[in-house]
Amino acid sequence: MQISHGTIERNVTILLVLTLLVVSIGGLVQIAPLFWLQNTVEKVEGVRPYTPLELAGRNIYIREGCYTCHSQMIRPLRDENERYGHYSLAAESMYDHPFQWGSKRTGPDLARVGGRYSDEWHVQHLMDPRAVVPESIMPGYAFLKDRDLLMPDAAAHLRANRAVGVPYSDAAIAQASADLRAQADPNADTAGLLERYGKVQVRDFDGDPARLTEMDALVAYLQVLGTMVDFDTYVPAESR
Amino acid sequence: MSDPSSTEPGTTGHEWDGIQEWNKPIPRWWLWIFYATIVFAGVWVLLYPAIPGIRGATPGLLGYSSRANVRAEIAAVEAGREQAVKGMMDIPINDLPNHPQLMQAAVAGGQSAFKIYCVQCHGTGAAGSKGYPNLNDDDWLWGGDMESIHTTIQHGIRQPDDDDTRISAMPAFGRDGILKPAEVDAVVEYVVQISGQKANPALAAKGGVIFQQQCVACHGIDGKGLREFGAPNLTDGIWLYGGSRADIRHTVWNAHAGVMPAWKTHLSEETIRKLTAYVHSLGGGE
Repeated sequence: MQISHGTIERNVTILLVLTLLVVSIGGLVQIAPLFWLQNTVEKVEGVRPYTPLELAGRNIYIREGCYTCHSQMIRPLRDENERYGHYSLAAESMYDHPFQWGSKRTGPDLARVGGRYSDEWHVQHLMDPRAVVPESIMPGYAFLKDRDLLMPDAAAHLRANRAVGVPYSDAAIAQASADLRAQADPNADTAGLLERYGKVQVRDFDGDPARLTEMDALVAYLQVLGTMVDFDTYVPAESR
Repeated sequence: MSDPSSTEPGTTGHEWDGIQEWNKPIPRWWLWIFYATIVFAGVWVLLYPAIPGIRGATPGLLGYSSRANVRAEIAAVEAGREQAVKGMMDIPINDLPNHPQLMQAAVAGGQSAFKIYCVQCHGTGAAGSKGYPNLNDDDWLWGGDMESIHTTIQHGIRQPDDDDTRISAMPAFGRDGILKPAEVDAVVEYVVQISGQKANPALAAKGGVIFQQQCVACHGIDGKGLREFGAPNLTDGIWLYGGSRADIRHTVWNAHAGVMPAWKTHLSEETIRKLTAYVHSLGGGE
C-alpha cells in the first residue's frame, strides 16, 4: 500500500507515529550530543557543591524571585566582560539545580558578584537598596534580617541534590545541620566544614553574630557567586 | 462565483458541506525563498560550527568561536588603551603624578573604571555616604598619597581572605562592657567637644581622662587620628558614621569595622593604577 499525504492525514495512529519519529530525530540531533561531547561542560578546577548555608541562601534567592530581575550568566561579549568579569563557564553552574542563568536583566548580572562588595554593603543594600544606590529600583528585603533561618531538613536538601548528581559525601549529608550553623559562626569548630567544602568563607555575614538569619544565608550565597574558579591559572578552551 | 471544479487548476477534491478547496500552486516568490533558506542552511553548516560528532562539533570553514572573538576584541581595545598609558606600568606608582600626560590618561581611564566598580559604595561623585568615605576631601583614614591609595585598592580594608589587607579593630566599648554606660557618655561628650561642637564642659573633662586611657593609642593624644590604624581624625568635623551625639555614642558603644573589597582579584594592575590616579586627582591627593 502506498502511504500518501491523504492516508497520513486520515489515520491518526500513523500520523502520531510519524510525528514522534520526526520530533525525536530533531531532539536526538540537538540534545543527545551534549551528553557525550567533552567540551559541553569543560572540566574546571575549584568548582565545588554549595555549602548548606549557601544552599539555604540560594533557596531564598529563588523564593524571593531574584532571578526575575537578575541573570547569572555573563556572555562572551566585551561590554559584559568589562563590566561583570570573565564570561561564565558551564562548569560554574553544574551544581545548580535548577540553574539561575535567567534571561532578564532589570538589575545587573550577579554571576560574579562574590567579593565585589562587603557583607555590610549587602545587608544595607538588601534592607534598603536606595540607602547605598540612590538610583536603584530594587525592592527592599529588610525582613530577611528578622527571620531566623529555618532549615530543619538541610540533610534532605543535600540528599535531593545528590540524587540529581551533586557529589555530596555521606559525611556532608550527616553534618549538614552542623555545617549550616558553623559557617556563620566565627567561634564554631569549622575543621570539618573546611575539609568538605574547600576554601569556604566562614564568618558572620549579617552583622549579628548572635543569630542565624535568612540574611546570613543570602549574603553567604551572594559572596560565593563566581568566586570558585581562579582565572589567573585557568584559561578556557576556545573551540566553540 | 463560478464553479471551482470547472476552473484551472481545479480543486483538491475535498468537500465539506458543499465547500470545496482550490488546488492552487504555492506562489513562486514563496517557493524560491523556501529553496533559498535551504541553501542558506547548507552554506551555514559549512561555514560555522554545526554538526556534532563524537569529540566535538564540526568547526566550520570560518573557524568562528565566540570566545576567541571576544578575546581578540578585548585584546585590541587593551592594545589601544596601552598606547595611551604607555610606560605607566614601568614607573613607581608614586612617580606617576610627575608625568602629566600619563597621569591625565590614567585619570581618564580611572574615571570610567570608577563608574563601574566603585560608585555602588562611594557614590557617583565619590562623595561617599554613611559608612563609605568621601574621596573628594583631604581627610584620609589610611593615607592619601599614591602608594597608600594603591595599596588600599589592591588589598582592600579588612577583606577576609586577603593577607595584606588593611586591618584594625576598634573595641565595642559599651557592648563588650569595657566602659560603663556613664563612662561612654563622658567619652562621647569629650569627642563632641574636641570636634568643635557645643558640649557640657564638666562631662567632657571627665571623658577626656578616659579618652587618654582608652582611645589615644589609635586616635592619638590630640584625637587627630593615626593612619597606621586607620583611626579617623575626630577633630575635623568629617564623620564616616555621623557626628551627632547619638551617632558618636553608637560608634563608641558598638564600634564600626567597615570592609572594602580587595580589587586585586577582580581587576588588572593597570586598572588599579588608573583608579589610584583618579582617586588621587579628586582633590585630596597628597
